[in-house]
Amino acid sequence: MTRGKVRVLVAKPGLDSHDRGAKVVARAYRDAGMEVIYTGLHQTPEQIVEAAVQEDVDVVALSILSGAHSVLVPRVAELLRARGAEDVVLLVGGIIPEEDVPALREAGAAGVFGPGSDLDEIVSFTVACLERRKPS
Amino acid sequence: MELVERLLDGDRRALARAITLTENEDPRAAELARAVFPHTGRARTLGVTGPPGAGKSTLVDGLTHLYRRSGRRVGVVAVDPTSPFTGGAILGDRIRMRRGSADPDVFIRSLATRGHVGGLSWHTGSVVRLLDAAGFDTVIIETVGAGQAEVEVMRYAETTIVVMVPGLGDEVQAIKAGILEIADVIAVNKADREGADSLVRELEMMLELGKRSRGGRSGEAWAVPVVKTVATTDEGMEDLFAAAERHREHLASTGELEAWRTRELAAEVTGLIRDLAGQKAQAWAETAGAWKEALAQVAARRIDPRTAADKLVAEFLACARSWS
Amino acid sequence: MWFVRSGSLPFVAQAGSGCISSEVWKRFSTGRSRGAGLAGTARTRRAVRPGRRPGQGGRLVNEDPKVKPSRSCGPERGVGRQGPACGPDDPRRGGDAVGAGTSPTDIPEHRPKGGERRSRFITVSGREIAPVYGPDDIAGLDYDRDLGRPGEFPYTRGIHKTMYRGRLWTMRQFSGFGTAEQSNERYKYLLRHGQTGLSVAFDFPTLLGYDSDHERARGEVGRLGVAVDTLADMEILFKGIPLDRVSTSMTINAPAAVIWAMYIAVAEKQGVPPEVLNGTIQNDILKEYIAQKTFIFPPAPSMRLITDTFAFGTERVPKWNTISISGYHIREAGATAVQELAFTLADGFEYVRAGIEAGLDVDAFAPRLSFFFNSHIDFFEEIAKFRAARRIWARAMRERFGARNPRSWTLRFHTQTAGVSLTAQQPENNIVRTAYEALAAVLGGTQSLHTNSMDEAMALPTEKAVKIALRTQQILAEETGVANTIDPLAGSYFVESLTDRMEEEAQAYFDRIEALGGVIAAIEKGFFQREIADAAYRFQRQVQSGELSVVGVNCYVESEPGRIELLKIPPEVEKRQLERLREVKARRDPGRVRAALEAVRERARSKENMMPVFLEAVKAYATLGEIIGVLREEFGEYQEPAIF
Repeated sequence: MTRGKVRVLVAKPGLDSHDRGAKVVARAYRDAGMEVIYTGLHQTPEQIVEAAVQEDVDVVALSILSGAHSVLVPRVAELLRARGAEDVVLLVGGIIPEEDVPALREAGAAGVFGPGSDLDEIVSFTVACLERRKPS
Repeated sequence: MELVERLLDGDRRALARAITLTENEDPRAAELARAVFPHTGRARTLGVTGPPGAGKSTLVDGLTHLYRRSGRRVGVVAVDPTSPFTGGAILGDRIRMRRGSADPDVFIRSLATRGHVGGLSWHTGSVVRLLDAAGFDTVIIETVGAGQAEVEVMRYAETTIVVMVPGLGDEVQAIKAGILEIADVIAVNKADREGADSLVRELEMMLELGKRSRGGRSGEAWAVPVVKTVATTDEGMEDLFAAAERHREHLASTGELEAWRTRELAAEVTGLIRDLAGQKAQAWAETAGAWKEALAQVAARRIDPRTAADKLVAEFLACARSWS
Repeated sequence: MWFVRSGSLPFVAQAGSGCISSEVWKRFSTGRSRGAGLAGTARTRRAVRPGRRPGQGGRLVNEDPKVKPSRSCGPERGVGRQGPACGPDDPRRGGDAVGAGTSPTDIPEHRPKGGERRSRFITVSGREIAPVYGPDDIAGLDYDRDLGRPGEFPYTRGIHKTMYRGRLWTMRQFSGFGTAEQSNERYKYLLRHGQTGLSVAFDFPTLLGYDSDHERARGEVGRLGVAVDTLADMEILFKGIPLDRVSTSMTINAPAAVIWAMYIAVAEKQGVPPEVLNGTIQNDILKEYIAQKTFIFPPAPSMRLITDTFAFGTERVPKWNTISISGYHIREAGATAVQELAFTLADGFEYVRAGIEAGLDVDAFAPRLSFFFNSHIDFFEEIAKFRAARRIWARAMRERFGARNPRSWTLRFHTQTAGVSLTAQQPENNIVRTAYEALAAVLGGTQSLHTNSMDEAMALPTEKAVKIALRTQQILAEETGVANTIDPLAGSYFVESLTDRMEEEAQAYFDRIEALGGVIAAIEKGFFQREIADAAYRFQRQVQSGELSVVGVNCYVESEPGRIELLKIPPEVEKRQLERLREVKARRDPGRVRAALEAVRERARSKENMMPVFLEAVKAYATLGEIIGVLREEFGEYQEPAIF
């Protein structure tokens, strides 16, 4: 009865203080039956990855609206790899200009969600990514 | 078991993974528990409970800081309720545990209740043991305790701190009733708010009145202290820490600690016996010929369920004896 | 937020093929298939809307126009039929005035046979609107008591006798990015093109009191506003701009007092004395705790800094608005119109209370309090909101706080059109949205206005985009004629009824906040945050279900998203800022800085006004981070409660 819940870490890296989206997405994940750990604001990449490891999450979802994604996302991805957590699905959402997306994907983001993204689709996408992962 | 090796070695990822396997009742979890058990029994355990909004997480962050300062390694298990409608949960206790999140000798794990009633998750005990084995000599369990149902934490914690807050109104009545049973220490948090002093007095009065009827773990010799705290500024936290440690002292010196641990382990083994034996009996009963017969009789109201069960159990035991 | 400043819907994950198969991907790409609603409510169908080609956009569509949409749940206001009951988690529950209070006049003969376009017509706040309003809806309205003439109590019709006939609203476009030089150029550009006041946006490190060389500032310097580390940056920011002739609004909160000190110091160097300085600092910390979250210190010391600015302003900088009590961000965070109205005014009352408690005479500082509201896309709701705000404030100031100066009763406000209503899809549409929102603000009687640029959903605006935004205001002012008469919508059954309703509902919120122990207690209990998070989630669900329409997002969708030139902040900006910071630190007198910081620390521990020590510190070229750093140590840092 307590079997396999998906665990998602919703994180706000950097100094960006807009948390409306992160909270709404957190609720959507919860409504989809997942366990969501929300880190709160102003997290460093190190804090995020440490939390991801301790909580043994399946997904790390970063919400960034400050434009600092080009620095923060690769850093988080790098740290996840360094901690042996490269199987964690990394998702990014917020204000990400289209031309920045390839670089983020290159850095390790499995998905990038810009303005106008549908909650249900974010959730289905997440599930699909998890299904494709190698069983651990 | 390799995972256990790494866990005992201090590998945090292994510890985190072990907790996940346990929570998910993975087939490897039983072996995990077996391998880890000999390395447990050292951790000093505390429980922190209280109504929502009492500031428990901030308080836990403060206690963690003080335990760290005294040289201990702290594991925190923060439990939040699973939504009964969706099966999901938002686990937000980490947000308040800022100091802990930057410290390599602090490990924080958020658990959802996953349908379990009582305030904790099904596997809290096992998770505490994993942290214990991994070398965290102090484990704090945080959970929401809003009424008399959520008293489970006292089974896993040597010292249970109940956190109250002034200004809650009538809901407090429900909580207050439960407190007498489970609190070893009471913290009145956000004590800079109006009503703090009268709440303290009220609690002290209730404790005084309830003293005669209290038995339980700490016994009559332990006077439950009421400590005022403002967790956000660390005010009163040293006093709270001291009270908690005094309680531990008391348990140890009166032999109550040993007695409690033995009782809990006994209860655990008994519980497992009932589960296992019950499972076996049920499995047997469902395949035995006598089963259908018994059910038919009960359905026709010729015998009652209890009698039917008695007969089946007797037959089961007889069979079992004949197997050996 | 993920789908910021817009509703939601098929703007697809730009994930490419790395993660899932291309078949599955196609399904997501077209965004057409929708799973079952997560809230567990029954899926409903929508009749085809004229002009929309089936299969091209949105979800599976029921082509049968005879099928009535039956999307409502909960009590149907003013109508006999009952929809299915809302479950406790149903996101369609709630919203302003839904199912609560009085229902709008129902005039059955106006409901066309065969049903209406929708089962419910709601505003973006979730408020249900009746088909028609009539005299019964405003029975009891007394012109003198409830409206008054423009410039007369209770100022419902406007705070000045002549309003825009005498002087148009100030056209004040918020801007600032990169380095102080770039911002300075942008200001001069805007002034050349007819903008009448400056508005400064600061970057995140500055908003949070960190210097550009702080490790947390990495990647964030100059991105969403200008980086200000020392007085040197402010000097460059305003170089060649005559501070005695220009009014400047600075969007800064937790470190506002220090930034203000820098501005005053720059003016001094220009030979402009503080007495003539005109402008505003946002300086509204309560809404930070509630919505914008760029707080630093806990409430009590923050309120102290604010009352210090009130006192200093009253005495030395009398033309300055020392606070801009803001609802804009509260609304952007997801609040409804009534929540924006109520929470903003509640904050306002709290500041008045704090000022009085600090020993100030209410009539000395209240005239300089100003407000900042959002203008969202539901046209009439916004107009009613602005009018209700003026009336509520006037009555409270006179009757509750006993202010006697009429200038204490008048609610002056700046408006910004709703960033959250802009979409990344078909961004040119944003020009239109902004125009309607600007119109609402003007019909609502705003004193100053910022119109968003079309690309503001994605980045800081380009020169071209910001010029169009400015022209939008100019056309509004010069061509449409709406500014030729004052409060033209007064007397409208709909608008007056809505104004009354919003005032009532705001009052209900005031009562709840009181019951919780006041604004600060309510903040600590997470009351506002919870209301806002609930409203945000509800809104998102309403857009996803189609109950609320967003053109280009859930209707009239184009498969190829339009592309526009976006402003890019190059990484050199951060490098240049770091260089400048190094230079300033090398040139300054370390002894003077040390002494100044010590003075800040000492003053923080006392109860005296901090402004003078801030002035000395900034003149010594102490950095913002250094000054705020001292305060962090003395005041502590605020941690917010975890509210969903």
